[in-house]
Amino acid sequence: MNAPFFKFDYFNTDVSLIIAFAIGIAFGIALEKGGFGRATILASQFYFTNMRVLKVMFTAIVTAMLGLYFLSVIGFVDLSLVYLTQTNMLPMVVGGLVAGVGFVVGGYCPGTSMVAVATGKIDAVVYVAGMIFGIFVFGEMFPMVEEFFNSSFMGAVTIPSYFNLSYGLVVFLVVLMALGAFAAAEWGEKKMAAKTGKEKV
Amino acid sequence: MTSITKMVTEAFEKDESHGHIHIEAKPYSNPYLVGIGLGLVLLAAFVIMGRGLGASGALSTVVAVTVNTIAPEHASGNNFYSEYIGDGNTNPLMDWLIFQVLGVLVGGFISGTISHRVIKGIEKGPRISSKMRLFYAFVGGGLLGYGAKLARGCMSGQALSGGVVLNLGSWAFMMMVFAGGYAAAYFIRRQWI
Repeated sequence: MNAPFFKFDYFNTDVSLIIAFAIGIAFGIALEKGGFGRATILASQFYFTNMRVLKVMFTAIVTAMLGLYFLSVIGFVDLSLVYLTQTNMLPMVVGGLVAGVGFVVGGYCPGTSMVAVATGKIDAVVYVAGMIFGIFVFGEMFPMVEEFFNSSFMGAVTIPSYFNLSYGLVVFLVVLMALGAFAAAEWGEKKMAAKTGKEKV
Repeated sequence: MTSITKMVTEAFEKDESHGHIHIEAKPYSNPYLVGIGLGLVLLAAFVIMGRGLGASGALSTVVAVTVNTIAPEHASGNNFYSEYIGDGNTNPLMDWLIFQVLGVLVGGFISGTISHRVIKGIEKGPRISSKMRLFYAFVGGGLLGYGAKLARGCMSGQALSGGVVLNLGSWAFMMMVFAGGYAAAYFIRRQWI
């Protein structure tokens, strides 16, 4: 057997939709269990009182990255068939900044807002309405921003290929960075707890 | 309907006063364990489908289809909408991301129900009114919708999924999200702390 399974036609598009639904359920359960259905928990990341967002996100990235790397080394997964979003550096940097501000103002990101809606959060319903409005505004403005949207095109490019490093070395560096971030997060939480005298949620 | 709800509520209140039923929200799981679980879900998506997870793309499809239904000529003349609508041979709503996001809704509800965490309410700090919080929720959602479209994806599609495959643009996006969030956090602190 070879992976990604879908790319080797082990099943058709209709089946892929059922798989999408199943994977979505698992994604939703993980986000809910992490406390990501609550804006107060998500936002506390930006006040250093509860670093759950960073911990969950980097643990997830490291887990999946190591798994994918291992499976490609043993020849099970063909990494060249894994989808890579093309990089347009400037719109991604500006879009990231806007999304970051939106994250702390709105209290959710798109995925977590779905979990919050499912668990009864009214602010999340309003947030999703805002998001739909934002996408609509982007769509209506698209002829004006299209040039910028397609600017600084770099193709499908990874960190190892851009900096001419081996894939394994970058994987190793990301693991190191994550471990450093975890240590800093634990230290920071203790500091903040001592300062405010409050336990985190 | 209202009377049934009232009866059920009263029944629970009665029981609780006698100490028979304690419905208390369970604490959230260890973040590192959740991270490993989420990582395995991501890995499964890559191994089975050759792609990661997403969220904002599903809403873009819904917006594009809605615009296309109301004003088809307007939509087809716009490269953003037409990309989501497709060539007309397939139904754009029969889409991987749409089904995945529906799954997220169901999964979130299942997990929340099991742990007694489906609680109607507004998430906010103690120093802000509900009305202002909802205003900020709308503005923040709007900014995220706009920003995610400009960046070709959101935290799920870019930061998480692109992060796993070491996508250069995704890592730049992720760093910028944290930069934007921390930069704005001070000015919006009354909402949360």
